[in-house]
Amino acid sequence: MRRMIATARMKARPVYAFVGRSFSLTKRYWPWEVTWLLYSIAMVLSIGFLAVGLGRVSGAPVPVAKVLVYLLTGSLLWQYLSELFWETSNMISYERWEGTIESTFMAPISRVSHLIGMSLSAACYTGARFVALVGVCLLVFDLDLSKANLPGALAVLAIASVSLVGLGLMAACLPLIYTEKGTQMTSVVEAALLMVSGVYYPIEVLPGWLRFFSRFSPMTYTLHGMRAALLEGAGLRQLWGDVLPLAATAVILVPAGLKIFAWAEAYCKRHGKLKRSG
Amino acid sequence: MQHATPLVVRDITKRFRHRRRESGANGNARTVTALSSVSMEVGRGEIYGLLGPNGSGKSTLVRIVSTLLLSDAGHAAVFGWDVVREPARVRRLINRVSVEAAFFKKLSPAENLCYAARLYGLSPGEAMRRAREMLDRIGFPVRRVNHPMEELSRGQQQKVAIVRGLFTSPVLLLLDEPTTGLDPRSKREVSAFLRAIIAEHDATALFTTHDTEEADRLCDRVGIMCAGKIVAEGAPEELKSLVQADGAAEPTLEEVFMQLTGKRIEEQDAG
Repeated sequence: MRRMIATARMKARPVYAFVGRSFSLTKRYWPWEVTWLLYSIAMVLSIGFLAVGLGRVSGAPVPVAKVLVYLLTGSLLWQYLSELFWETSNMISYERWEGTIESTFMAPISRVSHLIGMSLSAACYTGARFVALVGVCLLVFDLDLSKANLPGALAVLAIASVSLVGLGLMAACLPLIYTEKGTQMTSVVEAALLMVSGVYYPIEVLPGWLRFFSRFSPMTYTLHGMRAALLEGAGLRQLWGDVLPLAATAVILVPAGLKIFAWAEAYCKRHGKLKRSG
Repeated sequence: MQHATPLVVRDITKRFRHRRRESGANGNARTVTALSSVSMEVGRGEIYGLLGPNGSGKSTLVRIVSTLLLSDAGHAAVFGWDVVREPARVRRLINRVSVEAAFFKKLSPAENLCYAARLYGLSPGEAMRRAREMLDRIGFPVRRVNHPMEELSRGQQQKVAIVRGLFTSPVLLLLDEPTTGLDPRSKREVSAFLRAIIAEHDATALFTTHDTEEADRLCDRVGIMCAGKIVAEGAPEELKSLVQADGAAEPTLEEVFMQLTGKRIEEQDAG
């Protein structure tokens, strides 16, 4: 038994290495982290105040409580999911900037453990920021969550996180292959997700050709499911239409992300691209 | 596999295609041969030096053995494990110190070494104890172990890099110009430390350098590399005897290099 525990600890250490590293970096860059958090708080609160002031702008009665929850859900989720996507996809960029990419890639750790560690580290970091942002919103706004199905909303969020990590792993190939422009390429993917997923508006307002793409974004189902759970208290039966595609994308995107990453790694090894840049 | 030769390289060839920038995005690609049918072996406990100018292919060969680069032809094996087919097994046996001390610069040596220890499945506490001993021996001021890397001198950073390469107890150590950029005193300290630690750990080392004196002092055998080829190899004394004229004083390795390649070692290979 003791030997099994020791083996498990030894196997878990490489995965935890990325979480520990991320924690140490966050501590060292704390002024930057505080600034970044303040920026995110300002962004989320601005969207909240927009919802509160919408009635005054339009001059017509607006169901402020509903609009507030609708827009804040979009804003908070966007902060969380886009950050999760960004952190997962740009772990490789950070390693390139610091020059540690070669020492990490030649460590005796399986690529799956490496990528799980990377994703777990991104999830811990963005999860902590998300909790702080939600806390600030609860302090500033009088949110009506009397009908909300919070466990349902959290379940949707958990499945969405796995799905977004899969997408992030796919996007992580961009900074791996394109040593100089890969980071900007992931920004393009992120912007496209923002536009088609219905973060601040219902996807029904999109032109038909754009709405076509929204069905391929895991964020579309996450936002729809979370809003249904928070605004209408939708139960599992009503959320099924969002949970199922989210679970399907998670099941498809994570192995696909790992596979594509392995292909990208082999490409880089053939062409000598696992080197420092920036 | 334990009795297999630490490093066997057979007919390794590696070419890179570079797009000609002056011709724009649609310009022709030019092919650079970084390694041309290179073969060599490193025996157990040996320090094998690859001596050559910048651009001669030394780092490319080290990257192939490190499983970071795939060759176009030939094969390399570490203790019998093929670097392409069995990279996981190879990685457990090797570690590398490169010319650039690559670290998370905001993190301290302790934090960087803990990260490396965990990647190698080691307990950070035990690994740090070993690392502190090594840092002390190599002449690193241990009181600075919690300072950010960016506040350390280049020599101190390189010493931490050397300890990071060694504290995981690799049996094949790949030292890619580990002393480049160090002052003469640090160079001597590092050379002496490497010699001692390799002997203590019964390890083997592939050591690349363009410093002929260092190659002479540190290496059991030296392979002279030029334009992606090993043009001669042997113990430093054997290489010197190749070019020594009757009755003349013993040549330096720098003179051997010039005689055998027709170039000065400071000249960069065009590639």
